[in-house]
Amino acid sequence: MEINNNQLLRFTTAGSVDDGKSTLIGRLLYDSKSIFEDQLDSVSKTSAKKGHNGVDLALFTDGLKDEREQGITIDVAYRYFTTPKRKFIIADTPGHIQYTRNMVTGASTANAAVILIDARHGVIEQTKRHSFIASLLNIPHLIVCINKMDLVDYSEEIYNSIITQFEEFSSKLITKDVCFIPISALLGDNVVNYSKNMDWYHEGTLLSVLENLHISSDINKIDARFPVQTVLRPQSEEYRDYRGYAGRIASGIYRVGDEVAVLPSGFQSKIKSINTGEHEIQEAYAPMSVSITLEDDIDVSRGNMIVRKNNQPEMEQEFDVMLCWLANEAAKSRAKYTIVHTSHEERAIIKDVVYKMDINTFERDSEDSNLSMNDIARVKIRTTRRMMLDAYRDNRNTGSIILIDESTNETVAAGMVV
Amino acid sequence: MSKYYLNYLDELESEAIYILREVWAQFENPVILFSGGKDSILVTHLAKKAFYPSKIPFALMHVDTGHNFPETIQFRNDLVKKLDVKLIVGSVQKSIDQGRVAEERGKNATRNSLQITTLLDAIEENKIDCAIGGGRRDEEKARAKERFFSHRDDFGQWDPKNQRPELWNILNGKHFEGEHFRAFPISNWTEMDVWNYIKRENISIPSLYFAHEREVVFRSNSWIPVSDYLNLEESEQIEKKKIRFRTLGDITITGGIESQADNLDKIVQEVSAMRKTERGDRSDDKRSETAMEDRKKQGYF
Ligand SMILES: Nc1nc2c(ncn2[C@@H]2O[C@H](COP(=O)(O)OP(=O)(O)OP(=O)(O)O)[C@@H](O)[C@H]2O)c(=O)[nH]1
Ligand SMILES: [Mg+2]
Repeated sequence: MEINNNQLLRFTTAGSVDDGKSTLIGRLLYDSKSIFEDQLDSVSKTSAKKGHNGVDLALFTDGLKDEREQGITIDVAYRYFTTPKRKFIIADTPGHIQYTRNMVTGASTANAAVILIDARHGVIEQTKRHSFIASLLNIPHLIVCINKMDLVDYSEEIYNSIITQFEEFSSKLITKDVCFIPISALLGDNVVNYSKNMDWYHEGTLLSVLENLHISSDINKIDARFPVQTVLRPQSEEYRDYRGYAGRIASGIYRVGDEVAVLPSGFQSKIKSINTGEHEIQEAYAPMSVSITLEDDIDVSRGNMIVRKNNQPEMEQEFDVMLCWLANEAAKSRAKYTIVHTSHEERAIIKDVVYKMDINTFERDSEDSNLSMNDIARVKIRTTRRMMLDAYRDNRNTGSIILIDESTNETVAAGMVV
Repeated sequence: MSKYYLNYLDELESEAIYILREVWAQFENPVILFSGGKDSILVTHLAKKAFYPSKIPFALMHVDTGHNFPETIQFRNDLVKKLDVKLIVGSVQKSIDQGRVAEERGKNATRNSLQITTLLDAIEENKIDCAIGGGRRDEEKARAKERFFSHRDDFGQWDPKNQRPELWNILNGKHFEGEHFRAFPISNWTEMDVWNYIKRENISIPSLYFAHEREVVFRSNSWIPVSDYLNLEESEQIEKKKIRFRTLGDITITGGIESQADNLDKIVQEVSAMRKTERGDRSDDKRSETAMEDRKKQGYF
């Protein structure tokens, strides 16, 4: 297929267990003719074995043995498809609260979230939790699909009342671009093809909405941030004095000749060259992986950040983040964690829990300072040395951190700099 | 389209380079698992870009089943020489000779799952803490679940129900001694992307990928190449067909397809019209519904 539009959209599913996320992705792939014959064969066989009449569409993404046995999604599945308009990377995430950390994994890199709601149940706690997380992650576009319309007689009233329910709490979310679609993932209404059962609905199908989202402004092109991953020092004679700083541009644009500062030292220099592989280029922008050389010989290493001289991030040793606690074990007060921010690592403690969010009421609880699995809280973090931070709402790449438990090496929390 | 927007192939390339550089920065002794197939050739090509003008800082590691397409070995040796990198070979034959594993019996016997032991032994022997693979999520339903950085315990096992969260682009490669990681820089590439990119970059690949007259037999719905390792059944007949291979694995189980595609343009065209996945012709995946997941849990690629 010739792809005219070379844009890539990454989106994630969200919503409570059994709301039909995996079924929807299966339907989307099936109706857009993105399923291969052997995949269809094998899924048909498994469906028949399980006594399903027809094809269990969720099996296109629920690929693990345990998922198939239990009929739920446990971990994110990634699927890919292309239409003449766009390329898509789908992260189908689990709705079960126990696996929220996997939902966060899938959602953290998404540009859009498709949130499902079972038309029979309306907005429930897990809908709110996932919507809140999606918004906290600053996913720019939320597409709310009211699913299983076939089970409520395709009722416009029910659809509208769920929109009202959703809007009641979504006014408190950060994400403002929200749209609604009534669908049946099982039967295909308004997924790729228009529904014959809902002539009262005139806006786009899910696929057409996904194809037409405006995504070109989703990346920060203003604040130039280049975290250094590693230093290239070739051993050959020819490049004896070469020192290339390798990394992926987190945001903004860099040009040869730009006056830059290297943080945290603050030393200044100019960009001498920019390379992608063996090609020398004059200008580079996020999210390109490049190597940069500087005019002056200054000390630069992994964890440093090269920024524009006149546009620098905050340098802080104590700062607030919104933290999602992901581990089974609760946070230990005053314990030391490894904090990772871009390529920079330090040790950190959670100095204070400012407040915890009640997912149901969106109220802030400043009394409770325990952090256990799936809690979302604003906390104060103190690090051994200064970190180079931007607010997450301005910059997803330089405003995000993770905490690692040094005794288990597990990633225990995800944080967004306030 | 707006000027500062990366097209999707460039974005995939950039993501892969980022991951390769993270591997280099976070691990002591990483290797690229090199099978001689297009995906591992692609990963090697991306590694060259990631570290230019330095040479690739990883050794290539080949888990050799002994049942190879002769051309694959030639290709591997030439590439190793050209890139001036170290080659580590883990030999399944040696594992058999040492009694570490036993050869399968019967008509459909393969050395596919025997590779697991050889791979894990080679990882342990060479003190490898990260093995970079060319696995892609679109290949298979269990692979669709894999992280970029995928943890293996000290028995080399994968625990798909308990994977580390992987947030944004922050990769956590921390591990205890004896454990290791698998890293998958081309996770998000589809078969189509791989071919489009190979064409764009003009990457050289073994001629097995191009259609050519070959001697084959028809078995479990695909054309298996005739080789010294193939046990012919009474009913099976050797035929000459214009065949190309979509994936290259163990010669005894890699099925080819009838094709006229003898150059990259034609392959790209053919792949875009394909109605079957590339692994659809591999009998190692057909053994059971969870064949891939079961092998991966034990430490397979
Ligand atoms: N009638 C009807 N049933 C549906 C619809 N969509 C999904 N279902 C059914 O709802 C059940 C759950 O569907 P899944 O797609 O597995 O739900 P999920 O949201 O992926 O669940 P988790 O991933 O475990 O959170 C299945 O039995 C589906 O067949 C729909 O539009 N109409
Ligand atoms: Mg699901």
